[in-house]
Amino acid sequence: MTTTAQEPSAAPAGPAAKAGFGRVLASEWTKIRTVRSTFWTLLAGVVVSVGLSVLISLAFVSSYDQLPEQDKATFDTASFSLVGLNFGMVAFGVLGVLVVTGEYATGMIRTSLIAVPRRTQYLAAKALVLAALVLVVGLVVSFASFFLAQLVYATKNLDGSLGDPGVLRAVIGGAVYLTLIALISLAVGMLLRHTAGAVTTVLGALFVLPIIGSFLPGDWGDTVAKLLPSNAGGMLMTARDMPDALSPVAGGAVFALYTAIVLAAAFVSFQRRDA
Amino acid sequence: MIEARGLTKRFGDKVAVDHADFTVRPNTVTGFLGPNGAGKSTTMRMILGLDRPTAGDVTVNGRHYRDLPAPLREVGALLEARAVHGGRSAYHHLWCLAQSNGLPRRRVDEVLGLVGLDSVAGKPTRGFSLGMSQRLGIAAALLGDPGVLMFDEPVNGLDPEGIVWVRRLMRQLAAEGRTVFVSSHLMSEMALTADHLVVIGRGRILADTGMREFIDANATSHVRVRSPHLDRLGPLLAERGWRVEDDSDGAVRVYGATADQVGDTAGEAGLWLHELAGVQPSLEDAFMQLTGESVEYQAGVPGARDGQAADAATVAMTQPGGKA
Ligand SMILES: Nc1ncnc2c1ncn2[C@@H]1O[C@H](COP(=O)(O)OP(=O)(O)OP(=O)(O)O)[C@@H](O)[C@H]1O
Ligand SMILES: [Mg+2]
Repeated sequence: MTTTAQEPSAAPAGPAAKAGFGRVLASEWTKIRTVRSTFWTLLAGVVVSVGLSVLISLAFVSSYDQLPEQDKATFDTASFSLVGLNFGMVAFGVLGVLVVTGEYATGMIRTSLIAVPRRTQYLAAKALVLAALVLVVGLVVSFASFFLAQLVYATKNLDGSLGDPGVLRAVIGGAVYLTLIALISLAVGMLLRHTAGAVTTVLGALFVLPIIGSFLPGDWGDTVAKLLPSNAGGMLMTARDMPDALSPVAGGAVFALYTAIVLAAAFVSFQRRDA
Repeated sequence: MIEARGLTKRFGDKVAVDHADFTVRPNTVTGFLGPNGAGKSTTMRMILGLDRPTAGDVTVNGRHYRDLPAPLREVGALLEARAVHGGRSAYHHLWCLAQSNGLPRRRVDEVLGLVGLDSVAGKPTRGFSLGMSQRLGIAAALLGDPGVLMFDEPVNGLDPEGIVWVRRLMRQLAAEGRTVFVSSHLMSEMALTADHLVVIGRGRILADTGMREFIDANATSHVRVRSPHLDRLGPLLAERGWRVEDDSDGAVRVYGATADQVGDTAGEAGLWLHELAGVQPSLEDAFMQLTGESVEYQAGVPGARDGQAADAATVAMTQPGGKA
């Protein structure tokens, strides 16, 4: 350190910088809870996820007797009861995008960065607050879907419990999956700075890539298909291994890796680009 | 105190700010004056660490903006009035900014009262008029009670009462010992508010001087003349080497002569005068003279530029005289 006798003395840099991150977290929490879009996207995510989980379970149960034996054998009570999350995840992705693009669309980003010029701090606080919120709501969604679906399965004595092998991990995995989707969407929003562009990109990656993947020929095609974002991440919600798919843990790890890569790119580009 | 040294910003081929050197000092309202596209906003964004300079350096209180631990306590800035999330209420907008810098909730109420927005504090800002947004931006700038204040076009969208209020506020902030840096292209406003001027044109700093010195150095006084005999008087004045230009409402401006000299010339020729007045130059005159050649976006109307207007007027003045 050089001598700072001439410097106008503000708060000492060390402790102030430490206290700083807590303040930025508090500020980001205020921001996310004081816009209505947060409430509506979360509500949509909850209703679609839980609602479709229950509806699809009802449809499954009503046609259960006509199913071939093979399908009956591969029935995974955890993954079936969480099936609605595959659709509800759109809302959590949109929330992740809006958290940043909402600031770019309005110019709020510049006001925010005048208050918090350390961009790594700013983006880290945003990501943490979003992750915490979506994890909590995701746990509610995941457990609600599971328990409500078990009520449906009970009519055919198909219901399982959290104590069955891999089931608790799958139900928590559902919440983790939604959290990772929100984070990767936030990162895409940061890279593109544009709501429609970022939402389209996220939807394309989650829904269109698997369709393309299913048409890829041969062994390498199968391998690529397994590694596609939603095919890998979706395994987080399964209780046991399935053919032609990664294991739950490996799938989750692959999706977490994608999220980490896109987030890292977002941090680097945010640090370099003009606001 | 704000210090820029060799500050440069390029956007592709376009040089928005070109090796700018200037210092903005405390106790003073420093006006940042320049035509559209001159680089005022870009310079302010670089001061605030929003845009990264291509070259050079700028510091606030001796430090880079990004290194300030609680920047709102040292610098308050209003860049764009609408830079607010429209769905959030004014109160929550200010509260999230306050929290990020460890400022107490009480400050939010104080600044809301100060700018007169307390009655709409709970309303979403998307319903705010431009003037209300401008006030909210000023409230945000004052939140941390900072020693350095920057405002980009703060009177944009304000009604006359609001303009007077902003002018008083700037003067008061400077009188309290703060550094106040205000950009504008409203020169009459600047002339009333600023003590010191930094003038920018096409990204270059054209002047960094006191208001009075700037006007004296960059504009010349003239004599305003109205007469029913302008067709004969014009050529007489021109003969003596004085420049004659059209002024508004049929009068002319005579440069290079005193009012006495113009009056005597008319008297000797037996010509009547309806008005004769020495006119001190305004900031606007000085500004036009200095930036005439550095205007970025010139209106496509012939004569819009000072020099061209003068030429046209001189021709108009001399032709009838020649025929007579
Ligand atoms: N992000 C950008 N990308 C490309 N060019 C830019 C960008 N920002 C500014 N410019 C250009 O840089 C120049 C300076 O712009 P700036 O906004 O700083 O001018 P200004 O003095 O604030 O003008 P005004 O009085 O109209 O607000 C302009 O020619 C503008 O087009
Ligand atoms: Mg501007």
